[in-house]
Amino acid sequence: MTTLTLSRALNEGLRKAMESDPKVLIMGEDVGKLGGVFRVTDGLQKDFGEARVVDTPLAESGIVGTAIGLALRGYRPVCEIQFDGFVYPAFDQIVSQLAKMRLRSLGTVSLPVVIRIPCGGGIGAVEHHSESPEALFAHTPGLRVVACGDPADAYVMIQQSIRSDDPVIFFEPKRRYWDKAEVDTAGGLASAVPLDRARTLTSGTDVTVLAYGPMVRTCAQAAVAAAEEGRSLEVIDLRSLAPLDTGAIFASVRRTGRCVVVHEAAITGGLGAEIAARVTEECFYHLQAPVLRVCGYSTPYPPSRIEEHYLPDLDRVLDGVDRTFAY
Amino acid sequence: MAVNAQGASAAVPDPLGLAGRAGSAEPIQLLTPEGERVEHPDYPLDISAEEIRALYRDLVLVRRIDFEAIALQRQGELGIWASLLGQEAAQVGSGRALGPRDMAFPTYREHGVAWCRGLDPMKLFELFRGVSHGGWDPRAHNFHLYTIVIGSQTLHATGYAMGIQRDGAVGEDGEAAIAYFGDGATSQGDVNEAFIWASVTNAPVVFFCQNNQWAISEPLERQSRVPLYQRAYGFGFPGLRVDGNDVLACLAVTRKAMQAAREGQGPTLIEAFTYRMGAHTTTDDPTRYRLAAELEAWKLKDPIERVKAHLIRSELAEKDFFEAVDAEADQLGARVRRSCLEMPDPEPTAMFENVYAEPNALIDAEREQFAAYLDSFVTEEAGMTGEAGR
Repeated sequence: MTTLTLSRALNEGLRKAMESDPKVLIMGEDVGKLGGVFRVTDGLQKDFGEARVVDTPLAESGIVGTAIGLALRGYRPVCEIQFDGFVYPAFDQIVSQLAKMRLRSLGTVSLPVVIRIPCGGGIGAVEHHSESPEALFAHTPGLRVVACGDPADAYVMIQQSIRSDDPVIFFEPKRRYWDKAEVDTAGGLASAVPLDRARTLTSGTDVTVLAYGPMVRTCAQAAVAAAEEGRSLEVIDLRSLAPLDTGAIFASVRRTGRCVVVHEAAITGGLGAEIAARVTEECFYHLQAPVLRVCGYSTPYPPSRIEEHYLPDLDRVLDGVDRTFAY
Repeated sequence: MAVNAQGASAAVPDPLGLAGRAGSAEPIQLLTPEGERVEHPDYPLDISAEEIRALYRDLVLVRRIDFEAIALQRQGELGIWASLLGQEAAQVGSGRALGPRDMAFPTYREHGVAWCRGLDPMKLFELFRGVSHGGWDPRAHNFHLYTIVIGSQTLHATGYAMGIQRDGAVGEDGEAAIAYFGDGATSQGDVNEAFIWASVTNAPVVFFCQNNQWAISEPLERQSRVPLYQRAYGFGFPGLRVDGNDVLACLAVTRKAMQAAREGQGPTLIEAFTYRMGAHTTTDDPTRYRLAAELEAWKLKDPIERVKAHLIRSELAEKDFFEAVDAEADQLGARVRRSCLEMPDPEPTAMFENVYAEPNALIDAEREQFAAYLDSFVTEEAGMTGEAGR
C-alpha cells in the first residue's frame, strides 16, 4: 500500500499500462514536458519518449480523430481532453465515429481508445472549466462511460479502461485530484472490482444514495453525518455510468425502499433521470418514496463566486435524504 | 497573386521554399480530352498498352456499377446512391497507384477506389440498401469503411499514418495512407486539422481531393477563394492540381505522392479537378442550381472516351477488346442486379450485435426483451391457427 493523490494514482496506473503494453500511447495538449495541466502525465514523456507521449496540436477533434486512426493501426491511445468544456469540438469524432465504428464494420474493427476528461466544478475556475457532460456520452450507444471517485479506483479503473476493447470515456473529478488515500499498487487487476460494477462504500438500511466522481466523497461524508442523526445511508459509488450496474442499484433500493441520486451535472436529462426511471420500473413495490435527485440546476454552470450554491454539498444531500422521509 | 509552375511571384513570401512544388493552376495532364498522349516533365509515365487497357476496363466496369445502382435506386431496391459519374478517372487512377499495404480512407462516393482495392461491389450495395452501415473488414482490402460525415476520415487517415511512423514502416519499402474527400470537405475543421497534424508530424499520408465543383448545390466559390491545391502551401506541404478526368495523370501524380510519403517526405495535397456529372445523390435535383451548358462542356472531357480514343488512335486495342469489355460490363451489371434483389434483410435482432466488443448487460437485456416481444406475436398466431410457432 502506498499513499497517493488521485492525480498520482492515475499517473501510476498510466505508467503501469504503458509498461505492460507497448501499444499504449498518451496524447493530448501539454501532456509531455508539462505533464498535463493537472500533472496526471507527469514524467511519462521523459520515460517513454515523444512517440508514446504525444504533445498534440491544440484541437480536440484532431486529438480524437487521429487517435481513432492510431487505433485502426493497432495502437491503444489514451487521449487527454484538458477540461470538460473543451470536449465538444471532438463531439463528432466521439459520437459519430468512435462509438459507431464497431457496428459499422460488423464487428471487425475494435477501437480501444480511452478519452480522459477532468470534470466537475469546485475549483474556482472560469467558464468551461467546471462542467459535467457525462450524460451526453452515457446517452451514446457504443461508448462505455466511467467515473472514478477515489485514488484506489483511479489507479485500477484507468488500467481496466485501457485494456477494454471498447472506447471508454473516463471522467476524473478534478477537485479530488489532490485527495490522498491508500492505493495497492502491487496488486494486479485480476482481483479488482470489474469496470462495469458499482461499489458499496457504506452499507445502510434506510436510504440508498447513488453517487459517482466528485460526489462520492460528499455522499460518504453525508452518511457519517446522517448516522449521527440516527439515519442509515447506503452509499453506492456507481463507477460505471454506461452501462449502469442496475443489479447493484436495484438490490440496494429493494432493501432500503428509498433512493437519492446525487450528481453535479444539471438535473434535467441527467443520469439521475435515467436511474429514477429504471428504479421506478424495477423496484416499484419496494419504494416508500419517489426517487429524488440532488443535482446541479438546469442552468449553465454559474460564475465561480456562487458555484458552491450550484454544487450539491453535504447539506443538500442530507436535505434530499430528509425529503424522502416526507412521504 | 500568381503561383505557377515557375514558382511564386516575388510578392509572395515563401519561407518553406514550397513555391516550386506548389504546382500550377493548369492541371497536370498526360492524356488530352481528345485522347492525345502528352508528356509532363515532372510526371513521366512509363505505361504499357496492356496497362492502359486494364485502366479502360476498370473505368467502364465502375461506371456500369454506378449505372446499375442508380437504376436499382429508382426501382426502390436501394435507399439512395451517391453517383461517381464523371469521377471514374480520379478514382481509378489514384486507386491503381496504391500498393497492397497502403491504406485508403474513402468518403461515401469512392466506388471506383473500392473496385481497385478489390472490395465486392455488393458490400457497397448493402450500405445503400440499408442492410448494414458498411460491414466490411477494412483490413481485408486495406480499404477503410465509407465515412458519411464530411471530412472526418481525413483525421483517421492521418492518425493511421502516425501509426505507420511508430511501426517504423516509413522509408524504403514503406507504407502510406491516402484520404479521399471532396471540395466541400475542405471547409470542414477536421480536414484542416488533418492538414496540420500531417504537416507537423510529417505523416505518410496523401490528401486526395476530388474537386467535382459542387457540394450538393454549393459551387466551389462558396468554399474557397483560392484554388484548393494552394491550401497545402499554407500548411507547409506541397499541393498540386491534376486533370481529374485523366486517368493516366491521376495515376502518375498519386504514385509519386504516395512514394514520397512512404519514403518519409510527408504529405501532399492532390486536387483532382473534375466534375460531378450526375446529382449529388439520387435524392438531389441539380437542375435547380446549375446550368445545362456547364454539364455539356464537361461531357467533352469524359474520362472514359479519351482513353478509348487514345487506344484507337494509337492502335493499342482492337474492336474485339472493346466488345469484350462491354460484354463483361453486361455480365457485371446482371450480377449486381441479381445479387441486390437476392440480398436478404438482416434479422431484426442484428441491431443488438456489434455495439460493444465486451459483454454488455444493458444490450443483452434489451435484446432478450425484444426477442420475447417478437415471439409473443408468433405465439398468438400459432394459438389462433393451431399450428406450431415458426
